[in-house]
Order: sequence, then structure tokens, then C-alpha cells
Amino acid sequence: MTVVEQPGQAQGERPGGGYRVVGTSPAHHDFVDKVKGSLHYAADWRLPGMLHARVVRGQVPSGRILSVDVAQARALPGVVAVITAADVPSNRIVEMASGGLAELEVAMPVLAVDRVRYLGEPVALIAAVTQQIADDAAELVTVDYDELPGVFDVHAALAAGAPKVHDAGNTLVTWEIGCGDAEAALAAADVVVAGEYTSQHVEHAYLEPEAGVGWVENGVVTLRVSTQVIEHAATIAGILGLPASKVRVIAAYMGGGFGGKEDMTVEPYLALLVWHTRRPVRMIWDRQESLLASTKRHPFVMRYRTGAASDGTITAQQVEILGDAGAYPYLSPRVLFAAAALACGPYRVPNATIAARAVFTNNVPASAFRGFGAMQVVFGYESQMDLIAGRLGLSRTQVRERNFLVKGDRLPTGDRLATCVEVSQSMHRALAMLGEPASPSGPGKRVGRGIGCNRHPYGRTIWFRDRASAWLSLQADGTLLIRSGITDLGAGQAASLCQIAAEVLGTPLDGISIYIGDSALNPPAGGTFATRQLYMSGNAVLAAARELRDRIAPVAAELLGVPAGDLVFADGAVRPAGPPPGGVSLTLAELAAACEQRGVHTAHLSIWRAEAGSFDPRTGQGDSFPDYTYGTHAAEVEVDVETGEVTVLRYAACHDVGRAINPMRVEGQIQGGAMQGLGYALTEDLGIEDGYVQSTLFANYLIPNSYDFPDVQVDIIESGEGKGPLGARGIGEPPIGNVAAAIASAVQDAIGSRPTRLPITPERVLALLDEQADAGAGHRG
Amino acid sequence: MTRRKVLLAVNDREHEVWVTPSDSLLDVLHDELGMADVRYGCGEGVCGTCTVLLDGEPVNGCLLLAVQAEGRQVTTLRGLMGAGEAMHPLQECFLRRGAAQCGFCTPGMVLTAFDLVRRCGRPTREEIRYALVGNLCRCTGYTKILDAVEEYAALAGPGGAPGAVAR
Repeated sequence: MTVVEQPGQAQGERPGGGYRVVGTSPAHHDFVDKVKGSLHYAADWRLPGMLHARVVRGQVPSGRILSVDVAQARALPGVVAVITAADVPSNRIVEMASGGLAELEVAMPVLAVDRVRYLGEPVALIAAVTQQIADDAAELVTVDYDELPGVFDVHAALAAGAPKVHDAGNTLVTWEIGCGDAEAALAAADVVVAGEYTSQHVEHAYLEPEAGVGWVENGVVTLRVSTQVIEHAATIAGILGLPASKVRVIAAYMGGGFGGKEDMTVEPYLALLVWHTRRPVRMIWDRQESLLASTKRHPFVMRYRTGAASDGTITAQQVEILGDAGAYPYLSPRVLFAAAALACGPYRVPNATIAARAVFTNNVPASAFRGFGAMQVVFGYESQMDLIAGRLGLSRTQVRERNFLVKGDRLPTGDRLATCVEVSQSMHRALAMLGEPASPSGPGKRVGRGIGCNRHPYGRTIWFRDRASAWLSLQADGTLLIRSGITDLGAGQAASLCQIAAEVLGTPLDGISIYIGDSALNPPAGGTFATRQLYMSGNAVLAAARELRDRIAPVAAELLGVPAGDLVFADGAVRPAGPPPGGVSLTLAELAAACEQRGVHTAHLSIWRAEAGSFDPRTGQGDSFPDYTYGTHAAEVEVDVETGEVTVLRYAACHDVGRAINPMRVEGQIQGGAMQGLGYALTEDLGIEDGYVQSTLFANYLIPNSYDFPDVQVDIIESGEGKGPLGARGIGEPPIGNVAAAIASAVQDAIGSRPTRLPITPERVLALLDEQADAGAGHRG
Repeated sequence: MTRRKVLLAVNDREHEVWVTPSDSLLDVLHDELGMADVRYGCGEGVCGTCTVLLDGEPVNGCLLLAVQAEGRQVTTLRGLMGAGEAMHPLQECFLRRGAAQCGFCTPGMVLTAFDLVRRCGRPTREEIRYALVGNLCRCTGYTKILDAVEEYAALAGPGGAPGAVAR
């Protein structure tokens, strides 16, 4: 392991070559509050005179609104406000999620005007003195529709003469990326394998439903909500027709988000009701409302053709991806870009042609979800690797080894990998964790093993020129304040920043308080998504801490009579490096006082910028993502050939995280990601038929419980080569990606057929076995 | 709807509250009594985030009416804690093992596990898995939660440290 330390700096990060705080797993402020049950989430907030709110949602998936009658609802005693489209100052949300590079410009109304495009689209808003009255009033709003034909999957939406979801057309965006000549290389390949892979609508199913409380304070509309992104304040101000400075968003610690709280949820509705009534308002979505109308993971249809030489070396790959965006754009353009950019996985593909399209349908909108397009494609590219291995009689590890990317390689987008690729090591370590193979538990049972490797980006696409800021202040008593406008999903975003600052400045962790999630009082740091928070705000805090240390170190040097470069900041004090000389040290409080006397500021703001670059959508070439996290999952399953049931016997995951700032939290991310991935692979399917969500109850939507799957064993690689603080890579999203591929690979190993549709239900496994039987019978006949 | 006064015994304290016959125990605890450790997650009795102990048994607060709890002892997570915010040993195991991420499911999870260990003494890992099926967690993948409960059972169960089941 190498650690790059800038020359001439006072030491605070690694006396004796190691870290004191980074790499340990202390229990932070947030853990303590959570375990005590004393953390106040978005719904745990109450103000005098607070009203309760309800969204009135459309009842048909596609229709023209003929009339909205709110008279009866308004007349109900206790109802304070009923709002429709006519009451919205600016009823247009234009997302342009790729930054205007490539997508169709389509506006989404805050409240439907004359048209509804998916079941559950907001039509009106109610505020009342109790929740019960608000709910009753919602039932009294009468909306007359002229139902229109809709399109409910990507194929129907793209068919000639298909009903248009938006006048501008049903294709939101098409990304075309490529290098070399895939057509010619496929024609010349020794073997060509082809497959079509499909995935389903998936629900985030955070345990905390969408919620928030809003009020007006000093003329500012203030919302305290469960959100990943406080920067929505500007959009909300636009909707209300207010200057951006007149809306403040405070993000409570979230009860889970997973991308589902990256777009606005309750915010615009809450803001409108607060602004109309000038009273505090609370809005909590029912779980059933959340299932019906919150954004989902995009179902994909992926067609792969892969050419390889007889030794297993990939020579070409063609990929076509269709993603069901649902009725409005949201972040689909970016999700499909990630799918295209990652479609070839952690493998070198010299000739590639990739097209990824986001398609409008009359389904509930799809948007961000942990994995963000780069996840669905793992099922595609890993299936192709196993098919090539099978066709050429190579092992599944051999064919992968032959094709893994290495540092310096060029990607299909044309940019080069700047850090090491430890995917081979992760594969061997994941497989090793499975141990000795299990034997089938009885007749009719077959055991199999599988692997899934992945490459997952961390950080926003480079053309967004991302930045994050952090402000640190050494207090007079030697304690430390951190302010940074991040949001905390529960993954320890805030806690990691405390560890980094403690490492550099030597402040004990319990002497650090961190203030986050406030668009008015924090320096902006960008939302918590795209596995960007440790990478971005971690680097911002590291820079701020180092700069602050460099400013105050000369004062300590003067008092201690040693060069600033020889100082160590540790345990709440500053002392000369080397063996403790006995008594010669300065507490941080004493140093703060000395700085005060000399007019040296002990507070510091730092802005950290990610690398800049550009992408040309016409050529499909340019800069894509700053860097990637690599890993492999290995699974052992038992398939019951009578029932089609797949039982996961063992599960292991290994990722290179560069540096584990808090190893326990890293493990937690990997275990949790893998478990969500197991639900995706085997049980979860929202099921939408003709625009109607079939999982209307939480009881019908099967997220993993404690009894469904085995423990997830974790092995962490620390290459030290990430672009995050101290060489860290992001780990929030990556570990959900591998799972479906690893399970499909294991099922294939067990029964000899490859599942190509997610989730891998017993019915689908039986269908694969039936196909085998039919093929065998046909062959014999 | 007409309200009537009920007497609720929560965490060893009596509370007089005015409720309608249709008010759930969850809504009364959370909104009327301000108990943020009892949380709405689904309203169907599926997720377990609103778990409380009713006369010592775990129940879903969303499926129970407040009037049904009259005359019975309700315990929320904070009722397990000692004086001066002292954590229960089971909470300490959760803390030590990193068994919470977003923390939303934690109170219900801890209460169900507390009840299991009190009933069974030293449950196996499989028994812990089975007992927790009604408390969903979307963040942790359960492994660290199972570790925490197992550690607590080793401390508190037969042959464990005396006093580990404090309160």
C-alpha cells in the first residue's frame, strides 16, 4: 500500500505510516441516536397549527381530463385548502437530466392540467386540520376522464402508429457509443454468442415512506423533508414563482433512499400547500401510495451479440438497450447513458457498438435507483461471458481472466482507465469464500455455483463538472465544527467526513459536530447519489482539513520550537513527531487561543472540484465517469427441479474499495447491496399490467426478509488507488450490481440452462427445464 | 367522530389521551404522545417498524386500535432503556456490531429480538432469523443484525452475564 503525502506538510494523518482514525469502525453520533430510537426523521416534526396533506391522484393510466370538481371537498369542514393546476404559479418541471446533451425536451406538470399519462399522476392537493379529513376530502374530488389508449411496454411504444405519450414522441433519448468496427469483427469472430435479457420494475422500498413538514419563516418557504438532494430548493422556488433565496430545504437523516429520494417526492406539493395556506403542513405518503406512484427501477430489454476468438478473447460486442422510462423524463437520460457506458463491463472490447434508448410509456415513471442503469447491464454482459465459456469449453474464470481491463486501457467511450483494476483478485477471493461445494440435499435437487463481476462508476458523469464544499472551524475549546450540504442516507455519509477530519486535525471524534443537509446554512456539496458523496465531500473535507492544519501549524511550530513539518496532530493535541518527548505538546484549545491572539483564522472553507471534461453525443466519444469500483460476487444455489425453487446456500462478495474509511460501514454497504440484489434476482417484481401496478400492498411486494437468504460474507480489497479521499473508491451502489448475474450463473451451473428474465422465479426455472426436456425429446425423435 | 378519553400505560407511565375509536395505537403513540421510536412504515402489519410490546408481546402498532391498548402495558424501544439514557445491553450489541444503517427499522427489530431472547434464552442463528421475519430491513442485509442478537443472547441467555437482561 502506498500513501501519497504532500511534501512539507505537518503530519496528522499517519504517524508511523498508518492511520489512527481512518480504517477504524467507531460508533458515530448517528448510530447512537438510531440505536436509541431518538433520531428525528422527516415525519417526526410538528409545529403549532400544522395541517395535514393528501395528494389526489389520477385514476386512469392514460386519459384526457374533462373536469376536476373540488366543490364538495372544499365544503368539508376542516378542509383548509384544495389546490389544482390553476393554482400552481409555474406548472412545469423540465429536468434535462443529461444537461441538454441529447434528450427530448419534455415538461412534466406539477399537477395534471388536461391530460394524465400514468396511473397515480397528481391532480389536486388537499390540506386539512386532520389527516382523516384530508383523506376524506381527497375522496370527494371528482375527476372526469376521457380514457385514451396507452402504451405499456417499450415494444408497444416504439411500434408504428403507437399512441404518443408526449406529442414530441415516445423516444426520450438515444445514446450511441462505439469504437472500432463491431460488424466486421463479429463477421470475422471464431464464435458469436447472442442473448436477449430482460429485467423488471423494482420498488426502492425504503422503510421510511416519503415525508416532510413545511412552513414559512421570515418569508422563506422552509421544507424539512426526507430527500437525497437539497438543491431541489431552486426548482421549488421556480414552481412557486419565488426567487431562489426564498426556499430553504432541510434534509432530515433518511430512513433509506436508494435513489428513490433523489428526485423530488413530497416537496413541490408541500411547498404549494404551505405557500397557499401560510401554515405549517405535513405530508406523508402511504406505503400503498408509494408503491403506486413513486419512481421505480427501469425495466430493460438488452440484446447482446458478442464475438470471440477461439482462445476466449473478445473481439466485438453489439449491445442494444431499451429502457422503460414511464410517462415522464425524470433522470432516464442519465440512467440510459450509464447503461450504455458500462454495457461492456470490466472487459476489454476493441470493437463495440452500443445503443441505449429511453422510451416513454404510460407506466409509472422510472428514475434513479441504486445501480442506475449500470446495474441492469451486468446481467447482460456476464451472461454473455458464461455463454462464451460454455461454447468454447473454457472455465468461467478463464474466459474472464482473458478479457479483464487493466489500468490505462481505453473504454468504448474513448477515455482511459486511470486507476488499477483489481477485478481478477476480487473474483478469486469471492470464490474462495464459498469453501467446499455443498451436496444436493435430496433427490430432485441440483447444486450449482456462479460468479458475477462488475465495473461500477462512482461520481457524476464528468461533463457535469461536479464540485463539493466543506467548512471547518476549530472552536475555542479545541472541538471542531463541520458544515457541508450533504444528505445522509443512512450509509454513514456524515460520519465518514468526521473520521477524515479527525484523522487530519487530531480532534477526537466525540469533539466533532457535523451540520449537514441545509440549503440555507451549509456550503453546497451536491446531493447524495451516484456514489459521489465520499468521493466529492470526502475530498472537500480532506482538503479543508489539510488547509486549515497548514494555516494553524506555523503557530504551533512557533510555540513548540520545531518546524511545522515535524508536527503531529493527534488525540486533541499537537506535538513534535517522533517518540513522545514528555510533556512537550499543545492542546488544540491552547492552539486555538494562540491563533486568536495572532489573528490567524481557525475556520476554513474549501471547494473541491472533480476533473472536468466533455462528451460528444454525435460521435459517442468523450469523457464519461471519473473512475470505477470493481468487484465479484460468488453464489452457491440449490435448484429444486420439481418446483423450480432456487435456494441460495452461500453468498460471498468482494470489492476493491481503494481504502476503507470505516470498514464496518463498508461491509454493511456490501451486505445490504447484495441483499437488495438478491431480491432483484429472485423475488421482486412490481408487476404492471396495462399501466396498473399489481403490487398494491407491501405484502405483495417481496423484499428479502431475515429468513430468505443466507449471510453475505464479505472480503474487502484496499488497493489505495481510488480517486476519493486517501485513495478511497465509492461503495454505495456497486455491490447491488453483481447479484442477478451471480445467481443466474449458479442456476445455469445447476440445471444447464441460462435464465434470461428477471426475477428468476420458480415458474421461469420450470420453463427452462421444460425447454430442455422438449429439446431433448426433439433431439431423440 | 366522537373522541373519548383513554388511559394508556406506556413505558411505565400513565397517559390520558383523547382518541377516536378508529385511531391506531401507532398514530396515538407517534402523533399524540410524541414517541418518535414508533414509526409508520406500511400500515399493513408487514414491515414491523411500528413494533411495540403489548404486555410484553411484540405487536404491530398499526394493526391495533388505541382503545384496545387500554388497561395494558405498552413498551416502546425507549422503555427498554435505563435511567439517564442508559442503553439496554441489546442496544449496545446493535451499536457494537453496526446493526443499524438508516435506523428506521431498528426499534422494532430490537424489541422483537428482546422478546425472543427473553422467551428462548439462547436461540440459534436460524431461530433468530425466523423470529425476525416480521421486521423488514432494506439497508443492512440482516447479517449484522443477526450478529448483534446472537452476541446479546450469548451475554443474556443461560450461562451469560448476570444482569445483562437489565430491566
